[in-house]
Amino acid sequence: MKEYFTLFIGSVIVNNFVLTKFLGLCIFFGVSKSLNASIGMGMAVTSVITLSSILAWIVYNFVLLPFHLTFLTTIIFVILIASFVQLLELIIKKQAPALYNMWGIYLVLIATNCIVLSVPLLSVESNYSFVKSIIFAIGSGMGFALALILMASLREKLVYADVPKALEGTGIAFILAGMLSLAFLGFSGMI
Amino acid sequence: MKELWKIFYKGLFDENPIFILSLSLCPALAVTTTVANGLTMGLSVLFVITANNVVVSLTRKLVNQKVRVPVYITSIATIVTVVQLVLQAFFPSLYKALGIYLALIVVFAIILARAEVFASKNKVIPSFFDGLGMGCGFTIAMLAIAVVRELLGNGTILGYSVFGSWYNPALIMILPPGAFILIGYMMGGIKLYNQRKESKRLKGSES
Repeated sequence: MKEYFTLFIGSVIVNNFVLTKFLGLCIFFGVSKSLNASIGMGMAVTSVITLSSILAWIVYNFVLLPFHLTFLTTIIFVILIASFVQLLELIIKKQAPALYNMWGIYLVLIATNCIVLSVPLLSVESNYSFVKSIIFAIGSGMGFALALILMASLREKLVYADVPKALEGTGIAFILAGMLSLAFLGFSGMI
Repeated sequence: MKELWKIFYKGLFDENPIFILSLSLCPALAVTTTVANGLTMGLSVLFVITANNVVVSLTRKLVNQKVRVPVYITSIATIVTVVQLVLQAFFPSLYKALGIYLALIVVFAIILARAEVFASKNKVIPSFFDGLGMGCGFTIAMLAIAVVRELLGNGTILGYSVFGSWYNPALIMILPPGAFILIGYMMGGIKLYNQRKESKRLKGSES
């Protein structure tokens, strides 16, 4: 039990994917302009990461390992995840149009994104068991959502600040992310 | 010939993938802790983007419009796997240092963007030069960031000591926050330069 808890806290805070591993930066800077969009995106990413991790774990352990095809991991995972997200989009569009109107747009964006690909790759690389890989995926997704929501709240306040003209837009957003990352650095060594 | 040079040159500065287009930022921050890592990453991307542009350009008449994106992704993933296997066999320590980021070349927006925007509409030779230019621009940007980070954070370049023993390394430049803040200021600097140039041009046209 303790092992699982450590893994969870580790992936949410200590090894936060955005702020210490730089994954998913495109979405992080693109979406964090508004708080509402960030919450939606955080939810969408968490669920997609979890589902695709489960799928990737099954394929890796029951197909790639027994047939000695591990050198194909990258190709198979990319295709698997991209087609899975497309399928998910189709299903949600048909079955739950209300949900699609809320989150559909984010699904298109995350079909080929580094964070969605890297979580299954990392959990396969570290030989996690099935339960562990699910916990790792949920933790990573929640860590991403946490960073995104924090950043969006900060950027909404930034509108009122007097920023030097050259740093407006992306420049100041990066420096802000640096400060946030500095704060998260304080958690390292906790585990 | 001049046309080809133009295609090559625009990737270097005017449309630099990292600083101007702001695409593929994950590697620019993650693997630029030392010059050697940054350079390896830059060269890997250079190879993948050029090879993929050639493949996409060669097959542009065979691939149906509707399935083009999956085809591009498969082609990129294949080339990336080749790079991974080569590095693993000949440079195991670099392969270890780059880790997961090497596999993630597959999802770099810049590669897919060049295939979609340029290679799918042009002949093989211009596509080759476009890939070469974009790849070199990417490598230059990686080097620029890596040199500053290694110099300030470790006092060395490519492992050789530059400042001597009196220099006390600013460890933060190697750590993640330093990367974010450095890129923020670099982008600000480039924007400032472009704004100056623009206002000078405007003044020149008025008088």
